Amino acid sequence: MRKWNAMGLTATLGLSLLTGCGNSAGSGNGTGNAGVELAATAAGNGEKVELTYYYPIAVGGPLTATIEAMTADFMKENPNITVKPVYTGSYADTAVKTQAGVQAKQPPDVAVLQSTELFSLLDMDAIIPLDEFIEKDGGDGYLSDFYPAFMENSQTEGKTYSIPFQRSTIVLYYNKDMFKAAGLDPEKAPATWDEMQQYAVKLAGGGKWGLEIPVTGYAYWMLQTFALQNGGNLMTPDGKKVMFNTPENVEGLQYWVDLAAKHKAMPGGVTDWSTVPSDFLEGKTAMMYHTTGNLTNVKKNASFDFGVSFLPAAKQYGSPTGGGNFYIFKDIDKNKQEAAWKFVKFMTETERAAQWSIDTGYVAVKKSAYETDRMKKYAADFPAALVARDQLEHAAAELSTHNNGKIVKILSDSVQAALTGGMTPADALKKAQDEADQALAPFNK
Amino acid sequence: MKRIKRWRRLTSNMRAGRLKSNLFAWMLLLPSLLFLLLFTFYPIFLTLRLSLFQADLSSPEPTFVGLGNYRTMFGDEVFRKVMSNNVWFALGTVPAGIALALLMAVFANKALRGKGFMRAAFFYPTLIPMIAAANIWLFIYTPEYGLMSRVFSWFGGSGINWLGTPGLVMWAMILMVVWKEAGYFMIFYLAGLQNISKELYEAAHVDGVSRFTVFRKITFPLLMPTTLFVSIVALTNAFKLVDHLMIMTKGGPNNASNLLLYYIYETAFSFWDQGMASALTVVMIAVLLLIAAVQFFGLDKRIHYN
Repeated sequence: MRKWNAMGLTATLGLSLLTGCGNSAGSGNGTGNAGVELAATAAGNGEKVELTYYYPIAVGGPLTATIEAMTADFMKENPNITVKPVYTGSYADTAVKTQAGVQAKQPPDVAVLQSTELFSLLDMDAIIPLDEFIEKDGGDGYLSDFYPAFMENSQTEGKTYSIPFQRSTIVLYYNKDMFKAAGLDPEKAPATWDEMQQYAVKLAGGGKWGLEIPVTGYAYWMLQTFALQNGGNLMTPDGKKVMFNTPENVEGLQYWVDLAAKHKAMPGGVTDWSTVPSDFLEGKTAMMYHTTGNLTNVKKNASFDFGVSFLPAAKQYGSPTGGGNFYIFKDIDKNKQEAAWKFVKFMTETERAAQWSIDTGYVAVKKSAYETDRMKKYAADFPAALVARDQLEHAAAELSTHNNGKIVKILSDSVQAALTGGMTPADALKKAQDEADQALAPFNK
Repeated sequence: MKRIKRWRRLTSNMRAGRLKSNLFAWMLLLPSLLFLLLFTFYPIFLTLRLSLFQADLSSPEPTFVGLGNYRTMFGDEVFRKVMSNNVWFALGTVPAGIALALLMAVFANKALRGKGFMRAAFFYPTLIPMIAAANIWLFIYTPEYGLMSRVFSWFGGSGINWLGTPGLVMWAMILMVVWKEAGYFMIFYLAGLQNISKELYEAAHVDGVSRFTVFRKITFPLLMPTTLFVSIVALTNAFKLVDHLMIMTKGGPNNASNLLLYYIYETAFSFWDQGMASALTVVMIAVLLLIAAVQFFGLDKRIHYN
């Protein structure tokens, strides 16, 4: 009996891995497929179309209900289209489920995935360009209402592959009460790297930090802020080359490392993504870099007066964008793709984009959303909501390349090595550059 | 002549009988064998095969590369790091987890009052899902106001970033896993303790043997089968437990807490490099088979079963 136990253990474990994914996708899709086939035959007669819609939730709050209400509204307006929203966990989980579906030739019809998945999805041959649909709906006129910074991750080589939905940038949150206590002007956030350093040093002490920048899972994103402020972005728009070890980036990483190691204004080592907002809310840090997606959370839970501002500038202001876009999938019926486009358009309509932004703290993806009454009213009560929008002018695409998962890991590891003192910033970025060049080599043939 | 005939008939009868009983045994095994084939051996075979292919984002159709993936793997710094991490993780969690489990079992077995309460208290970490436990410990390890930092601040050492410092993060993980697992192993030891005959203890008592000697000469040797079983489970767990990494560190900082299984997950579902992920899985299977083999052919013979 004991022997069988041990055998069973060994056996089950090894295999849960690769096959597990296939299995779960199969069963997860099971019901969807029956519907899909039915819908496909029906759609031939120009009647009913059924769409499966995968969506992740990446910020706090009861957003499943919001999404379901939005899809219900869509079905009311389009009685011949049924949308089945499927909550698929985090961005990473959603990517895994989508990928499994693509491999099993049963992709979702439409999904929200990270905007940076563009090249991976293209390499898997999973998605379709949307230009044809966009052309019918006004072409550039339609696209020009979206903020250009958000569109950057959607487009490559002249084609548009995704529509921005839940998008964010990084902003500076600061505790006005702590600013006052330290003799700083609470209405004036640090605007340059030098000021930031002075403020942070001044605010630190007595068991409190001046500034916290989250690292775990997002090291590459935070490095992008310094890169964009001090020089340029980390990759080419075609996603085939990265520029990690430029002198500007080394300087930026050095600045980041020094805030902790030299100036003791920031905790040393690596700080967790989700610990940073709780530290801020607890008053353990006077300032933090974090996503605008956290705005609603901070607004609800801060027991003190807080401010939101642009990230400080070196040569210029700058922040990468982040978040998720709508993709429409290949290998599904043409009229399903058309229905999916209708759905995507509906979900990003001006009024809805405004409401979605108010509900979540994400930046509304369309310029016109900020002209709506509901947004104007909201912004009048809570001007901080406009900061991220204003910063968009200085924002750029989030790191997105071919082989993206690997590239992101390479860069994040190196940044962590520098932050924990294992390597100098120059060596760390040199190593990242070499490894990334190798990982991208097959795409540059 | 007659005798030989009879003997022949007898043996052939025996053979038929054996065949029949063997067939019966095979029939009984068939369902589980079928499952084993379908969900264990077949996937192992597929994994082995895929590990010989380059199947990543740059190759739309998998191409045969022989042992190329393995060659790349052994040159991969991160792979070497996760393997050594895993060894340290096993060394840290297995002996400590077993020792603590034994201690708790002896204690929970002896306790006169509140026996049930004691057992429940020791056992409860096992009942919480790893993901929940990881979230609790994420808070415990939070610098400044986490429980651990508060305790350490009484001794003057505050502001330790347990999860964010490469030299500490592994210890933090080991401590949590020992806490999580010891209660589970304790259950096996409790069962083992119940099985030891009371007479042995009475005899030892009559002879006036010290408690420590009783433990050393009676309790511990007679618990050896349990210890073996538990150590195998603990050892395989050291390779299987990765849920906490997802929540707490994502393998960081700079792979200081990364383990083989999490690296396989990253390779398969973040890098989408299925060939390499298969090769890593093969290594994982080999390691686990090795552990099982050591049990079957090595330790098993040296243990006294009562």
